[in-house]
Amino acid sequence: MARPTGSQPVDALAAEARWRPAEIAFWLATLLPSFVTPDYLQLAGQILITGLFALSLDLILGYAGVVSLGHAAFFGLGAYAAGIASKYGWGEPLTGLLIGGGVAGIVGYGASFIISRFRGLALIMITLGLNQILAEAANSMGWLTGGADGLQGVHTWLVLGVFHFDLYGVTAYWYALAVTFVVFLLVRRMVYSPFGLALRGIRENSTRMLAIGAANHAHVRKAFTIAAIIAGVAGALLTETTETVSLETLSFGRSADVLVMLILGGVGQLYGGLIGATIYMIARDRFSDINPQYWYFWIGLLLIAVVVFLPNGLVGGLKKLGAAIGRRGS
Amino acid sequence: MTAALTAKGLEKSFGSLIVASDIAFELPVGERCALIGPNGAGKTTLINLLTGMLQPDSGQILLGGEDISRLPPQRRVRMGLVRTFQINSLFPRLNPLEAVTLAVAERRGETRDFLRRLATKAESIEEAWGILKSLRLDGVCYRETRELAYGQQRLLEIALALATRPKVLLLDEPAAGVPKEESGELFSVIDGLSRDLTIFFIEHDMDVVFRFASRILVMVSGRLLLEGTPAEIAADERVREVYLGAAHHG
Repeated sequence: MARPTGSQPVDALAAEARWRPAEIAFWLATLLPSFVTPDYLQLAGQILITGLFALSLDLILGYAGVVSLGHAAFFGLGAYAAGIASKYGWGEPLTGLLIGGGVAGIVGYGASFIISRFRGLALIMITLGLNQILAEAANSMGWLTGGADGLQGVHTWLVLGVFHFDLYGVTAYWYALAVTFVVFLLVRRMVYSPFGLALRGIRENSTRMLAIGAANHAHVRKAFTIAAIIAGVAGALLTETTETVSLETLSFGRSADVLVMLILGGVGQLYGGLIGATIYMIARDRFSDINPQYWYFWIGLLLIAVVVFLPNGLVGGLKKLGAAIGRRGS
Repeated sequence: MTAALTAKGLEKSFGSLIVASDIAFELPVGERCALIGPNGAGKTTLINLLTGMLQPDSGQILLGGEDISRLPPQRRVRMGLVRTFQINSLFPRLNPLEAVTLAVAERRGETRDFLRRLATKAESIEEAWGILKSLRLDGVCYRETRELAYGQQRLLEIALALATRPKVLLLDEPAAGVPKEESGELFSVIDGLSRDLTIFFIEHDMDVVFRFASRILVMVSGRLLLEGTPAEIAADERVREVYLGAAHHG
């Protein structure tokens, strides 16, 4: 992997990209559900899919500073694309992911030409508007999408021609875990690449980026397209593992929820989406057991507490804690 | 020989407020040219016009003889016309090594690469390191920019500009906010830069201006009042009047 080059500055930048023990521990922990809580694999699979979706939002929000309140547009596109392909005869899961990611990516690439010209509030409105347009389009095109009844007749073939999707979500969980891990590796590589550094530059100071001759628009277009592809893959994953698609995949609620999860977990921390999704979905599962009507009350409380006390989210808080323990230990 | 930077008849107004009126000058290669004038004379506006952050209403800007009047700011940067900012405009949560490496990598077109680690661009990192070293910032280059002392941040402004390999460097009050004792040091660093580099700087401290400038432009209310060598400017009645006048009113 990374060999010491004998050059101090090069090694220093190489060290930033090195895998940390906490990261390895995190990925080992993702294996736990199958041993510790085998009854909850269904939920674990859903968490992974949602975490992957949140990771795609982190790429644009946390790294390029592009705020989106309509990211479900791409999740839903991926979900419907894979679902419709399956309904009309192509239910192979791995290529289904490519179909979902591809359709979302094409629309994302088109949208990115508008997105890259705006920042802040205007961006929130544009992304929100795009989300609403797609949601209403899916609603009105009942012949294609099933409308409010959802898309029926989705059938996912065996994964790699061997594993069938069982009732207990065992295959769904392992499949979602494998896909999430592979995509995460790609995102991680991207974050620590020269392109990732340029995205952080845009987030930190886009005016200054122009003054050093940077191609801000091209960078944002690329990041937005990649984020749309990943969101589409996550949507396709949901379709394949549940064998149905509902309008909820394109809803504003889903766009808002994924933003909440990312903020809970920590924006621009790479693991914020995955950890935020875990906390959020487990909290929803538990709280809605206690009181199915008012569970969002607790999410609201948690959100305020995190934003007030942990400006970099749970991951930021954990990092701080880790650093403090490290100092005390030495 | 072609001038490094030429301005011809630059005009700009915001409504009825004229901020640049018939600005024309020529900077030969290697010139150290100071732009002086009272507050509100339009000095920063002129830099914004030259770099393309503002569009002039009319007039022409030539960089090495080439018309750049219609090019967007980042294109002008890539052609060698680079500025720094009067108020620090840096990347607070990047460290200086990352920030300068970013500027070098942008110049070399390496930031398109999203599948290889940053550390694989060893040449860019080494070049950034060299720039930081030459500005004596190597000791702090692993600390986040927002943690650096103010004077170090001013130097980082210049380091970022140098990383783009400018032909013409526009420095907007490089020593703004730096204590007087340190501003001399900062200018000797600037003065030590390559003689192929043309430097155009805004500065209020007349000691510094007369020490480092080979040529001086005086700007008053959006117009160039006069230009000349430091000796000519020092002897000019009108300049004294402008500065004494400004002092009286200020």
